[in-house]
Amino acid sequence: MKPKLAVWKFSSCDGCQLTLLDCEDELLALAERVEIAYFLEATRTQLDGPYDVSLVEGSISTPDEVERIKDVRADSKMLVSIGACATAGGFQALRNTRDHAELQKTVYAHPEYLDALDTSTPISDHVKVDFELRGCPIDKAQLVEVLLAVLKGRAPVIANYSQCVECKMSGTPCIVVTRGTPCIGPATKGGCGNLCPTVGRGCYGCFGPKDKPNTAVLADQLITSGTEKRVVKDLFAGYTGGAPAFADEIQRLGGEQ
Amino acid sequence: MEGTSKILPAERFDVLFEVLKKQGFDIWGVHEKDDALTLAPIDGPADLPRGRIDDTGPGKMRLIDGSRDAYFDHTLPMQGLKRLVYPPQDKVFETGEDYMFTEPPVDAKPIAVIGARSCDLVALETLADVLENGPYPDHRFAERRQALCLVAVNCTRAAKTCFCTSMNSGPRAESGYDLALTELFNSDGHRFLIEAGGERGQAVLDAMSVDEATDKDRHAANIISSTVAASMTRSIPDDARETLKSSYDHPQWSDIGERCMDCANCTLVCPTCFCSTIEDRSSLDGSIAERWRRWDSCFIRDFSYIHGGVVRKETASRYRQWMTHKLTHWHDQFGRSGCVGCGRCIAWCPVGIDITAEIRAISKTGEAVVEAGVS
Ligand code: SF4
Ligand code: SF4
Ligand code: SF4
Ligand code: SF4
Repeated sequence: MKPKLAVWKFSSCDGCQLTLLDCEDELLALAERVEIAYFLEATRTQLDGPYDVSLVEGSISTPDEVERIKDVRADSKMLVSIGACATAGGFQALRNTRDHAELQKTVYAHPEYLDALDTSTPISDHVKVDFELRGCPIDKAQLVEVLLAVLKGRAPVIANYSQCVECKMSGTPCIVVTRGTPCIGPATKGGCGNLCPTVGRGCYGCFGPKDKPNTAVLADQLITSGTEKRVVKDLFAGYTGGAPAFADEIQRLGGEQ
Repeated sequence: MEGTSKILPAERFDVLFEVLKKQGFDIWGVHEKDDALTLAPIDGPADLPRGRIDDTGPGKMRLIDGSRDAYFDHTLPMQGLKRLVYPPQDKVFETGEDYMFTEPPVDAKPIAVIGARSCDLVALETLADVLENGPYPDHRFAERRQALCLVAVNCTRAAKTCFCTSMNSGPRAESGYDLALTELFNSDGHRFLIEAGGERGQAVLDAMSVDEATDKDRHAANIISSTVAASMTRSIPDDARETLKSSYDHPQWSDIGERCMDCANCTLVCPTCFCSTIEDRSSLDGSIAERWRRWDSCFIRDFSYIHGGVVRKETASRYRQWMTHKLTHWHDQFGRSGCVGCGRCIAWCPVGIDITAEIRAISKTGEAVVEAGVS
């Protein structure tokens, strides 16, 4: 029997699921090896669990999601959370350090219809996660590698180093050094394929913190060399500001205004 | 290395390119791209960053206009010859369901590199001692290295981060080149002194119709080299190797540990760092498995991962590994220094950590160059 794959959505934009659909060629080969049991974005078929592998997109940001993720966990042999929302709370975690009620009023005409938590948190805050795949959105090649590894029962080969390593591997000149452009690549996990620095833009952390990043030294250096503190804070806050290492750095820099 | 020496007027510089092309070489040289110098395929002298210089410092490299129209007043591209001979990723074999292991052919095209500097030539020899001259030669490295025709340029200007003099690796190319150029600007005009460093270089020189150099030209080149050597302000103290052996617990390590980000930039721009890891990849249908060699670095946490965990858990211990390997253990392992004084690790460290300043703080001999970081 083919292993059963399920893809779940929580609070998110669907971009990571789209990455799976985007796999096109690989998806066909994959469909021969797994049974797609639940993937609403791709098929109406809904098979019951248990599932061999669940990919979980999105953060936990409503009371209903707190319960639903427990069911998904209970029904899944292996649970892989995918993307910045599922692994760090996503940019909806910007509300974590602000007045949620105020924000709701600013955005919605009728906030009384909302039933949302004051925080947006990663899946791993709620249930045991077997593997976290980073990115906003996730990288196609990394996703295929994780699925392959799961199917083969081996450890996935996923980058576990800074974005700077990707720059140097691809020969991209460091824009901090050549232009003084702010970049949080030294604190960020690689894996995106070096997207931003290759086009002269600083990394803004969509793959989240690398192992034990030294965010303070980086932030201080960027500020001393002329980047506004607000800009540096925004870089850490933008995509994975809910991740503890980046959240702490934002606090150290004086918190959100 | 003694060979014939000739004089090539700057306006005929393209003759060298033409001869090299005729002899079957692709030509690579330093090229300005995205505000930086990079080693890339070039077609002729017009692709060189003429008139430009690199203003470097800790954590800083800005390309600016120099004071004259020289082809080679700049110094080093971000990465040296290592990319050419030891690429960041290299497939070493693949196998299929028949379990036959096949190695992909080595892409060792003959390449002439115009503008290799002395420190990079020494770095290439250093790499060869590690990868090629030991008991288990890496033939992929060896084939690529042997395919290079190295047209060295003797430096006419040192960057602020250079300290090759202190490592005995420059600024004048002493060996390891096929041809060496010195760019001369004097009453006789803008010209190159060209010296052959071996048969291959001599063959190129013989194919060019150029005048013999005079003692005056050779003297002018010597003066340039000694002036450049004297202009360098950074150095590694002579007792570094011995001092580091007894400095395992020096408080400077934890001080550096607070400032270093483990980003690994220093090791990946270093022309001698050779560490790699092995990654296995498989095709989607599971029918093909590939083994790849990929650059690694002692600054990456997983680098020292062995059964049971990571050996060098703290940043301080990783920096200590890097510096002691460069300046001490490399001597024990390979009989030479692991650092050639190119200064790339200083310029390309985003927070400007300077190996020459750090070793001074530990060895306490001489004065460190005190210079503000990125400005
Ligand atoms: S551009 Fe950013 S990610 Fe790339 S080397 Fe520089 S600091 Fe690191
Ligand atoms: S340690 Fe630094 S100065 Fe020495 S060879 Fe490496 S990059 Fe150059
Ligand atoms: S300094 Fe580090 S990366 Fe460089 S060769 Fe030594 S162990 Fe390898
Ligand atoms: S010394 Fe600089 S370049 Fe090297 S790992 Fe530390 S912060 Fe990065």
